[in-house]
Amino acid sequence: MLTYLLAFILFAVGLYSVINKRNLIKIIMGIIIMEHAVNAFLILIGYRISGKAPILEKGTSVTEFVNSAMDPLPQALVITSIVISLGVVALMVALAVRLYQHYGTFDITEIRKLRG
Amino acid sequence: MVLIQIFLVFTIIAALIAVEAPSALSSIISLGAVGFGLSIAFLWLGAPDIAITQVVVEILTLVILIRATIGKGVTEIRGNESKTLLIGSLILFGLGSAFFANYLSAFPEFGKSAIDVFSETPSQFYLKFGLEKAGGANVVNDILLDFRAYDTLGEATVLFTAILGAITLLNKDVFFGEGGEK
Amino acid sequence: MSGMSPIVKTVTRWVSPFILAFGIYIALTGHLTPGGGFPGGVIIAGCFVLLTLAYGKEKVDGVFSLKSASVTDSLASLSFLCMGLLGYVFGRGFLNNFIQSGFPGKAFELLSGGNMPIINVAIGFKVGGSLFVVFAYLALFRAIEEE
Repeated sequence: MLTYLLAFILFAVGLYSVINKRNLIKIIMGIIIMEHAVNAFLILIGYRISGKAPILEKGTSVTEFVNSAMDPLPQALVITSIVISLGVVALMVALAVRLYQHYGTFDITEIRKLRG
Repeated sequence: MVLIQIFLVFTIIAALIAVEAPSALSSIISLGAVGFGLSIAFLWLGAPDIAITQVVVEILTLVILIRATIGKGVTEIRGNESKTLLIGSLILFGLGSAFFANYLSAFPEFGKSAIDVFSETPSQFYLKFGLEKAGGANVVNDILLDFRAYDTLGEATVLFTAILGAITLLNKDVFFGEGGEK
Repeated sequence: MSGMSPIVKTVTRWVSPFILAFGIYIALTGHLTPGGGFPGGVIIAGCFVLLTLAYGKEKVDGVFSLKSASVTDSLASLSFLCMGLLGYVFGRGFLNNFIQSGFPGKAFELLSGGNMPIINVAIGFKVGGSLFVVFAYLALFRAIEEE
C-alpha cells in the first residue's frame, strides 16, 4: 500500500505545480510529472513479487513462464503512453513558444492581463 | 521492494526540487532526475522495455525543453502566488487522497497482480499463447503488434496529430517570413 | 548558430553512425529482446538531433532536409497501413499476422514473428521521422527569432 501511496504523492506534486505556479514552463513540467506518476502507478499494479520480465527464454516451459512473469498488459499500454507524452510535450512547448513570441513573457497572469 | 520505495522517494524529492527551483536550467535538470530515477525503478519492477523507452524519451524531452526555454529571461517568475489557489489545491488534494484511499482498498495488495487473483485474465491468455500465435519471444511486443495492433495504429495516429499541431503552430514565421500572421 | 566546437563535431561524426545502427537494431529485434519500434524510433530521432545540435541547422540541411524527414514519416506509416491491408488479402482480416499463420518461423530467431519485425521497423522510422521534424521546426523557429 505504501508503494501505491508514493506514486500518488508524486502525482500530487505535479498537481500542485499545475495549479499553483505562474510560469508556463513550470506548468508544463507539472504535467510531465503527473504523466510519470500515472505510468509508475500502472507498472506497480502489474508487479508480482519475485517475478521476471515477460520475455520468454529458450528452455523455459510455458506454464512455468505464466507463473513467474510480470503482467504484460500494463507494460504494453504504458509503452505507447510514454511516446505519446513526448508528442504532447512538443505540442505544449510549441504553444508556449508562440505565446512568448506574442506577449514577451511566460507569466500567465501577465498574459491574462494583456489579452489580445 | 524497499529498493523500489527508495527510488520512488528519490523521484518525489527530485520532483519537489524541479517544481521549486528558481532557475530554469536547474529545474529542467531535476525533471530529468525524476525520469531517470523512474527508469531505474522500472528496471527493478521487471519492465526492461519501458526502462529503455523512458531513458530515451527523457533525453529528448530535456533537449526540447532546454532548446525552447533557455535564454528567454524566464528564469525568475516567483512570489505573490494567490492564497485562494493554495487553499483550493489543498482541498483538491484532500478530496483526491480520500478517493484514492477508497479505491485502494479494492486493489490487490502490492506484489500481487490480477493474474494471481483472478483465474481468467487477458494477461494469462497473452502469456500462454504469445509465442505460439504471434511468434515473438517478447510478450509485450506480441501484445503491441499482434493482439492489440489496432491500439498501436491509433497511437501512431495520435502522435501524428500532435506533431501536426506543433508544426502548424510554429509554421507561419518559418515559411512565410515577415508576412505571416503576427 | 553555426554549430559547436571541433571536438564535439569530431566525436559526433564518429559516434552518430553507431547510434543510428543501435536504433535500427533495437527496432528490428524488438520481438526477441527488450525494445521495439517506439524506443528504436526515439533513438533514431536522437541521432539526427545530435547531428543538428553539433553541426548547426544550415550545414545539416543538405543531408537530411525537413522534406526527406516528413517523406520518411509518411512512407513508414503508409507501409504500416499496407501491412494491415494485406491481412485482408492473405489472412483473416485487418492487421492479421498472416505471415506467422502461413509460414511460421523458427522460434527465438530473427525471422520469426511473421510481420512483427516489418511493422516494428516501420513504426521506428515513423516515430523517428516525426520527432525529428518537430525538433527541426523548434530549432528553425529559434534561429529565425535570434536574427
